[in-house]
Amino acid sequence: MLNAVGREIPEELIAQGWKPYAGAHVRDGQYIRKQGPRTRICEKPQESKIAASIREAIVACGLKDGMTVSFHHHFRDGDFIVNMVMKEIVALGLKDITIAASSLGAAHDPVARYIEDGIVTGLQTSGIRGRMGEVVSHGRLKTPAILRSHGGRVRAIEEGEVHIDVAFIGSPTSDEYGNCRAVGGKSDCGVLSYAVVDSEYADKVVVITDTLVPYPNFPASIHGINVDYVVKVDEIGNPKKIASAAARMTQNPRDLMMAESVAKVMASTPWFKDGFSFQTGAGGPSLAVNRFIEPLMNELGIKMSFAIGGIAGPICELQRKGLVGCVVDTQDFDTGAIEDIRTNPRHYEISASEYANPANKGAFVNKLDFVILAALEVDVNFNVNVITGSDGVLRGAPGGHPDTAAGAKCTIIVTPLTRGRMATVCENVVTVTTPGECVDVVVTDYGVAVNPRRQDIVDCLDRAGIKHVSIKELQEKAYSLVGRPDPLQWNDKVVAILEARDGTVLDVVREIRPYKM
Amino acid sequence: MIPRPKPEKFRLRRTMMFMNAQKPGLIKDAYVYGADSIMLDLEDAVAENQKDAARFSLYHALKTVDYGDTEVIVRINGLDTPHWREDVRVAVAGGADGIRIAKTESADDVKTVDAAVTEAEREFGAEEGRTLLMAAIESPKGVLNAYEICTASPRLFGIALSGGDYRKCMQVKPVPGGIEMLAARGQMLIAARAAGVQCFDTVFTDLDDEAGFRAEMQQNKDMGFDGKSLINPRQIRIVHEMLAPTQQEIAAADAIVAAYRENAAKGIGVFTINGKMIDIAFVPGAERVIALAKASGIYEGEL
Amino acid sequence: MELKTTGIAGTLESSDVMVTLEPASSGISLNLESTVINQYGRQIKETVLATLARLGVKNAAVTVNDHGALDCTITARVECAYYRGCQCDADGPYPWGGEIA
Repeated sequence: MLNAVGREIPEELIAQGWKPYAGAHVRDGQYIRKQGPRTRICEKPQESKIAASIREAIVACGLKDGMTVSFHHHFRDGDFIVNMVMKEIVALGLKDITIAASSLGAAHDPVARYIEDGIVTGLQTSGIRGRMGEVVSHGRLKTPAILRSHGGRVRAIEEGEVHIDVAFIGSPTSDEYGNCRAVGGKSDCGVLSYAVVDSEYADKVVVITDTLVPYPNFPASIHGINVDYVVKVDEIGNPKKIASAAARMTQNPRDLMMAESVAKVMASTPWFKDGFSFQTGAGGPSLAVNRFIEPLMNELGIKMSFAIGGIAGPICELQRKGLVGCVVDTQDFDTGAIEDIRTNPRHYEISASEYANPANKGAFVNKLDFVILAALEVDVNFNVNVITGSDGVLRGAPGGHPDTAAGAKCTIIVTPLTRGRMATVCENVVTVTTPGECVDVVVTDYGVAVNPRRQDIVDCLDRAGIKHVSIKELQEKAYSLVGRPDPLQWNDKVVAILEARDGTVLDVVREIRPYKM
Repeated sequence: MIPRPKPEKFRLRRTMMFMNAQKPGLIKDAYVYGADSIMLDLEDAVAENQKDAARFSLYHALKTVDYGDTEVIVRINGLDTPHWREDVRVAVAGGADGIRIAKTESADDVKTVDAAVTEAEREFGAEEGRTLLMAAIESPKGVLNAYEICTASPRLFGIALSGGDYRKCMQVKPVPGGIEMLAARGQMLIAARAAGVQCFDTVFTDLDDEAGFRAEMQQNKDMGFDGKSLINPRQIRIVHEMLAPTQQEIAAADAIVAAYRENAAKGIGVFTINGKMIDIAFVPGAERVIALAKASGIYEGEL
Repeated sequence: MELKTTGIAGTLESSDVMVTLEPASSGISLNLESTVINQYGRQIKETVLATLARLGVKNAAVTVNDHGALDCTITARVECAYYRGCQCDADGPYPWGGEIA
């Protein structure tokens, strides 16, 4: 059965109850009943929830074979929590465990081993990289991995599609009752946005910290009323990899060229006016856009009402210059952003639900004017792939990409036309992670293309004298530079499901077939 | 195979960027950066034992890469090496727009290369006279002989100063303000103008010193250089920005050209604009300003 | 011309390809590794064999270690490795436009 982006959804998934993606706003107006956790009443006074060790906490939570555990990814590549907890779970002889993390990455290679050994049999995450990605791509995970956007994950948990038995929440600081803050410790990460839904919907919640502070640890990002146990360890992560050194503006002339192009496109649209809202990613050209919109904003005398997303130093800089009303934060990338959230009253932490949940009464992405995103591939239908590499191996994450693209008035993808011998603009992306109907403009080093669905934006570019070409022309140029690629070869087995924001199936990834000449 | 248009002797060459012919990663995207000319280097950038490999890369790049409007020049090895003749053959066979002669010291050097180019054009069936030449001057003797170099061949479109080697010969170090280069720059500019060809200044190697680069570029502009040699794409945007004419200069140029054409149609060769006497002598300069404005993307007039 | 010795050209840098040609006695054997093997493996093989054919090479043991080189670079490296293997003078003259297309 083909879904709305022309991808084949295997019959076996339909039989299991999965529905094919049918469009960006299909569930608007529907009702859901949220599925709350089964939690223990603590009527009797207790002084502290501190457990002596991670192992003790796991046992006290009653973790059994077949259960689901969860983690957040605010510690990025510096995370120790996932590996520490999984090591204890394995040592306890537990098996058939599903990991439902907000994302997983390079720090989590040991999990690949647990997958191969059959201890971890289910994976639900946004990101999947490194050895884990290879292992899943080669079909070693017992059940298909489910990949979701940040907003989609919150909806899935609230709707009961995912039931978390035990949530493990790493926190830079905590008091003895489980009130957590992401600043004030040894390895600050700034915010705990992705963990909020876990704390509210998991049956059991364990906080792991390396810095205990006096009660009450307020204002709290995670509330102690939702926490069962608190464990103190020596180190929750590597601070250098949790917060990169202050992100610096790229010097790469190609990135600067594309960033300038993006700024010009933005300025040509009617949404570039006083009070506009804006989100950038963390990559070179995306971050450089901040630099180019500054003079345009000054020329017009306009300010942003809010800047949102993964936050890095440069956008905080812009706020200090008086050009941004408030910074709304779901994740911090560098020390500049973390330093800012510590001291700046107009830099706010929000939960992943407030950020991007499609099933609540209106998340921030619904109010977003501009979002600047990267892509591994974009095809002639403007579908985006951020998850499968040129060899078909899983190595990326939808993250907030599908959420922001669905919500923003103007979604701009910025990417070089080719990367080495890889055509970024292609005929068909290997995997759809963001549907083309949500993508409005593609800016490359060889030209700009506008989605034909957006005649309004085409008119804006024409009025401003900004040259643009068809996406087909960009794709043909790419193939003329690097040659037409042969299609990848797959086996039948489904190894991962790309779930759309609303819970339908956007695409599937199958087991890769090793190349034979 | 990409057919290249016939090279133009007098075109805009504000920025001439060096590229190592041996670096495959750079070759396909070279023109994206928007330099007026790129110089594929077979000389200093290529190790002695890789000269052959560089030629193969060069030949195929010339034949398959679409450089758009960007001019492609090949820098051949010095005449004191065994490499330069084969460099000329591959450049002409590949269809390069021009050849940059390193270490030019006399008219004879130019004539020697000219002869080899003519022979190669005959051998490979290229239109005779098609391939242009430019001379890099790197020594005091070269500077002294600048005028004879400029007039040594009808193929020669310009001369470029190569500061690094020149300073070594002169036993000086670079100083802010460039006084150690003043005599060479002056002499070369005078020779080039007298001969009616273009003149280019040397590379600025400190990529982190943007203020220093701008200062040197401003001096280059004030002295009348047609363009500058560059080693990094970052520098291109700065040069184009600094050489772009102001809107006032463009308006004045527009007025001159428009008025000249109107008057010429009536058979009038001398007229006044705002009380100033204008005749045909003003027109080439005005047309240059308009061409520069168009190339910089800031021209909004009707010519 | 037959190969007299092993000829090597190119590097392992991104966008480049290292080509090694060794003399052989029974036809052409090809050992290909590439970072983009899934999508361009077939084309790389075609380009290598076509270049060898144009050069008139009948016998060679060919090793190709590719990191995303474009066709023009692959051709250049094969030709360079070949002439080095034939121990030709590095400064030619070479048949530009002839065997070197």
